[in-house]
Amino acid sequence: MHEVSLMENIIALVEDQRRLAPFGRVRVIRLQLGALGPAEPDCLRFCFDAVARGTIAEGARLDIVMVAAQARCPACQRIARMEDRFDACPFCAHPERHMIIGGELRLAELEVA
Amino acid sequence: MCAICGCGDTTLAGHDHDAPHDHGHDNHAAMDYSRGPAGLHVTGLSQARTIRIERDILEKNAAFANANRARLRRQGTLALNVVSSPGSGKTSLLVRIITCLDKRWPIAVIEGDQQTSRDADRIRATGVKAMQINTGKGCHLDAHMVGHAMDHLDLPANGLLFIENVGNLVCPAAFDLGEAHKIVVLSTTEGEDKPLKYPDMFAASDLMLLNKSDLLPHLEFDVHACLGAARRVNPRIEILIVSARTGAGMEDFIAWIAARAAPASHPA
Repeated sequence: MHEVSLMENIIALVEDQRRLAPFGRVRVIRLQLGALGPAEPDCLRFCFDAVARGTIAEGARLDIVMVAAQARCPACQRIARMEDRFDACPFCAHPERHMIIGGELRLAELEVA
Repeated sequence: MCAICGCGDTTLAGHDHDAPHDHGHDNHAAMDYSRGPAGLHVTGLSQARTIRIERDILEKNAAFANANRARLRRQGTLALNVVSSPGSGKTSLLVRIITCLDKRWPIAVIEGDQQTSRDADRIRATGVKAMQINTGKGCHLDAHMVGHAMDHLDLPANGLLFIENVGNLVCPAAFDLGEAHKIVVLSTTEGEDKPLKYPDMFAASDLMLLNKSDLLPHLEFDVHACLGAARRVNPRIEILIVSARTGAGMEDFIAWIAARAAPASHPA
């Protein structure tokens, strides 16, 4: 369950942010998570309350925006959606494609008061 | 305690987190408030506002991994991150390859497990230096832990560093440790479709070792299907069929290592 350590990193980023530009409390923590990214959204939600307790993030809402994965085919250069890492190119059936979006986990923004 | 790793349960044998650190803990990307929805930075504590941040959650780990990689490059050390599910034979493979290499390169080993130093003890019995990291509740090694373990290992120049990750086919895939290559070990007593079921790890690895080949005559394991599954997930993955118990395939593994250790090392 590496989502716990990812969530600790997320809360550390929120604390960094407060040092740079002080605010009172966090209302919403908005993440961008790629469909083929390094975490499961349900696992992140599951551990959020426990990890956030007693931190700046306690009481905040966790908002996870999913990002569909897209990949470029090195053979025909066309870009198409990628459901699984091992999807072949839907245009030319080339077996290996390069993911260009959808592998990320980012802290996108905070709503603070 | 170090604020970066956030892993209060993690212990590094012989290491105190309160000890002086020789690495920086500040590595922040630039922030641009002008890109927020309002187009400007609104000051004031009480005012509700949205702050656009756009930071990679794994950026701290990436910074430590890059520092580890730079240090390994300076020392001419080839670092290999060995990953697998529990029980695939990672430690037995390391013991076997260390014995087969017969001091051809200086070797150090970092062992990651939830508890105990049993694996590091097995490695040390071969005469090689080993550092055990106990991750406690943690399910993977991160680059920060590995950097500290490297401090304590006194890495040999122009040598090999094997990092045996926690037995887990999911979480270690997301954490770069600064290694040159991930090596995924799959054993013949597991399902041949494992690369399809756990694609992230096989996609992140450069070499797959199919271990316990000595058991093949006793199993209904379809090697062809297994290799096909691995190549479907990662068409560039190299695959060697080995047995830690009998030593089968070790020449090929040594050749694979040699082809990468020579370019990594510095001329004496």
